[in-house]
Amino acid sequence: MKKMESVEFSRYLSMLTLSVHVVFATVGVGVPLFIMIAHWLGLRRGDEQYLLMAKRWARGYVISVAVGVVTGTAIALQLALLWPKFMEMAGQVVALPLFMETFAFFFEAIFLGIYLYTWNRFKNPKHHFYLLIPVALGAGMSALFITSVNAFMNTPQGFALVDGKLTNIQPLLAMFNPAMPTKVAHVLTSAYMTAAFVLASIAAFHLLRGSRSSYHRKGLALTMKIGLVFSIATALVGDLSGKFLAEYQPEKLAAAEWHFETEGEAPLILFGTLTETNEVKYAIKIPYALSFLVHSNFSGEVKGLNDIPKENHPPLVIHYLFDAMVTIGIGLTVLSLAYVIGLRRNWRFIQNKLFRMLLVASGPLAMLAIQAGWWFTEVGRQPWILNGLMKTKDAATTSPHVWLMFIAFAVLYLILMIGTGVVLTRMFKKNPAELEMEKRGIAL
Amino acid sequence: MTIEVLGISVLWLFLFGYVIVASIDFGAGFFNASTIITKQHHVVNAVIQRYLSPVWEITNVFLVFFFVGMIGFFPKTAYYFGTVLLIPISISIILLALRGSYYAFGTYGTKGHKGYTLMYGVTGALIPASLSTALIISEGGFVKKATNGTLSLDYAALFTSPFAWSIVVLSLTSVLFISASFLAYYSHVAEDNGALKLFRKYTWIWSFPTLITALGIIIEMKWHNPAHFEGMLNLWWLFLLSAICFFISLWLLKKHSYGWSFIFVVLQFALAFYGYGTSRYPYLLYPYLTIHDSFTNQTMAIALVVVFVLGLLLLIPALYLVFKLFIMNKPYIKKGN
Repeated sequence: MKKMESVEFSRYLSMLTLSVHVVFATVGVGVPLFIMIAHWLGLRRGDEQYLLMAKRWARGYVISVAVGVVTGTAIALQLALLWPKFMEMAGQVVALPLFMETFAFFFEAIFLGIYLYTWNRFKNPKHHFYLLIPVALGAGMSALFITSVNAFMNTPQGFALVDGKLTNIQPLLAMFNPAMPTKVAHVLTSAYMTAAFVLASIAAFHLLRGSRSSYHRKGLALTMKIGLVFSIATALVGDLSGKFLAEYQPEKLAAAEWHFETEGEAPLILFGTLTETNEVKYAIKIPYALSFLVHSNFSGEVKGLNDIPKENHPPLVIHYLFDAMVTIGIGLTVLSLAYVIGLRRNWRFIQNKLFRMLLVASGPLAMLAIQAGWWFTEVGRQPWILNGLMKTKDAATTSPHVWLMFIAFAVLYLILMIGTGVVLTRMFKKNPAELEMEKRGIAL
Repeated sequence: MTIEVLGISVLWLFLFGYVIVASIDFGAGFFNASTIITKQHHVVNAVIQRYLSPVWEITNVFLVFFFVGMIGFFPKTAYYFGTVLLIPISISIILLALRGSYYAFGTYGTKGHKGYTLMYGVTGALIPASLSTALIISEGGFVKKATNGTLSLDYAALFTSPFAWSIVVLSLTSVLFISASFLAYYSHVAEDNGALKLFRKYTWIWSFPTLITALGIIIEMKWHNPAHFEGMLNLWWLFLLSAICFFISLWLLKKHSYGWSFIFVVLQFALAFYGYGTSRYPYLLYPYLTIHDSFTNQTMAIALVVVFVLGLLLLIPALYLVFKLFIMNKPYIKKGN
């Protein structure tokens, strides 16, 4: 009984830590690219406004990196504290990417520190700009390595299990497992996409509040254009991820789509609710669409949940998470497309209040989609911690105190979230871009 | 040298790196906060901020590095230490999290916020204590193994053990000693005489308590873990050298040679640290876990060593750059840019 509770609380605590961490991690991976682009545009065009933009983004970015570092340290240690059996096994197979991730992280931390404290210290301003390359690269690489560990949990390979003992371990094969390419690509594109919308919503907020300076208009145009590119990329990779699921984790796709009978010409189910007898109500059904998604033809057979042993079914609620992620993703693609076309053709509607409110909402919505996506992928592989090999309940700690730690960490994260919010608003409210430009003598 | 020994030596090096950089960091936070109370904050504030700002993140990475490397080279430690240390290490994580974020809030957000500074100081003093539990239990005697194989930590034994408390005291005094010695050197480079005077004083205050507790622990080891005590006796000359370095560092401090004084402090700790580490061979967790029965498979070990060497090729120039720009850079230390 005690063990059972530890499992539940270990799951909740991991979910809590990761949900907090992913907010800061996504910003951490995505934003350096934008600082880099703004800094480059500033140097290239001799436009002080872009340089200021890079500086201000970097200042806010540090706060989020700080919280990202501490929550990242938390999850790194919690993996061993909450899931000792899993880490013992994973340590033998995927220690390599875990180890490489810390190198990437180290690299990023060093160069970010240097970048922040060397404004105006180099004779050639380009040298200062070059410091951003290792920052952005390190951020991307650490996402790549850590995602490959997560991908390993979905499609474990690179070892043989003989009488409960691991043999014939191939670290590179474990790292480059089938789930890795789509997962890494989806994580990276969606992080850049989310960072774009987060920064765009800040700019849109200032425009909505009546800012007249060209600073925020430049910021909005820059981030929305890049946002559009990455939303399309995210959608394309998402489609590949769906095809991957159908092949390697049909139970996850079937649960996400509430697809019970194995059949060809399978419809795609959007929204709706599920009755206790597993009947789908109030849903929008798009005929043939699921078959098309999976096989790129309208009649391909898609495996249904009824053909999968009941004890291996993921929870059916993941359907809502999947829908939330996809709906927001498509909505933001349409929004950024409308903005970019509107900007090019000088349409007035991109300046109207309602549209700007939508732009303000885009950042938080993108973040919500990130959360929904991660919950979908993680809850969707229950009951497994190592798909097909180790059940979650067998991996958890035997300590009876997990509930206590859950409460302690919940309080901690609350403090961190509130603190971050307060500090960031104060930082930028007290020192708005217009004021800073005036002080530095930059044309508004 | 077998690959196990190579693995543990590398990890030990990183742990030592963490001990030094984290000590400077924790101590700096502590002095920063305590001088607010003694109203001498204006004296040390500039020196501390100039050192900490660009490097605070790097400190944390040393810890993660040690820890991930440990699981990589010795996966069984994840099971043993992970199961037993849930509460102590969770406390460390919470303190580290508060400390890191409050530092960022205080430095980049609301400058000079006293609450953040105090928080930063207090957590800095508590983290070494909570982290040292891992070291304490690794000496054996505090982990119970039930007949069905379940592991648990004997909290009553831990909290009433003089041995455990001596290690906590040692971690605190050495943090303050290392930090004061480094900051004395740093303020000397900055030609900041007020700060230099204060940190010189702090170095003297914390020097002898460090030495005395360290000697006390060696003696207590005789009862707590006789095998380890034997190992230490065999390496008596290392500990003697360490003590000699200690006295040389104090002599150099008196002679106003602060850079060399700090180098001898580091040497002193390096010798003691390696002596301690070597003498506990081959145990990771006495008496359950040795470095041989917990070592990872050969393929992974080789892969990790290769990555480690490649990683160092990237890291060393990067760390050198940090040194050149912030730690050995006189104009930066003096003016802050």
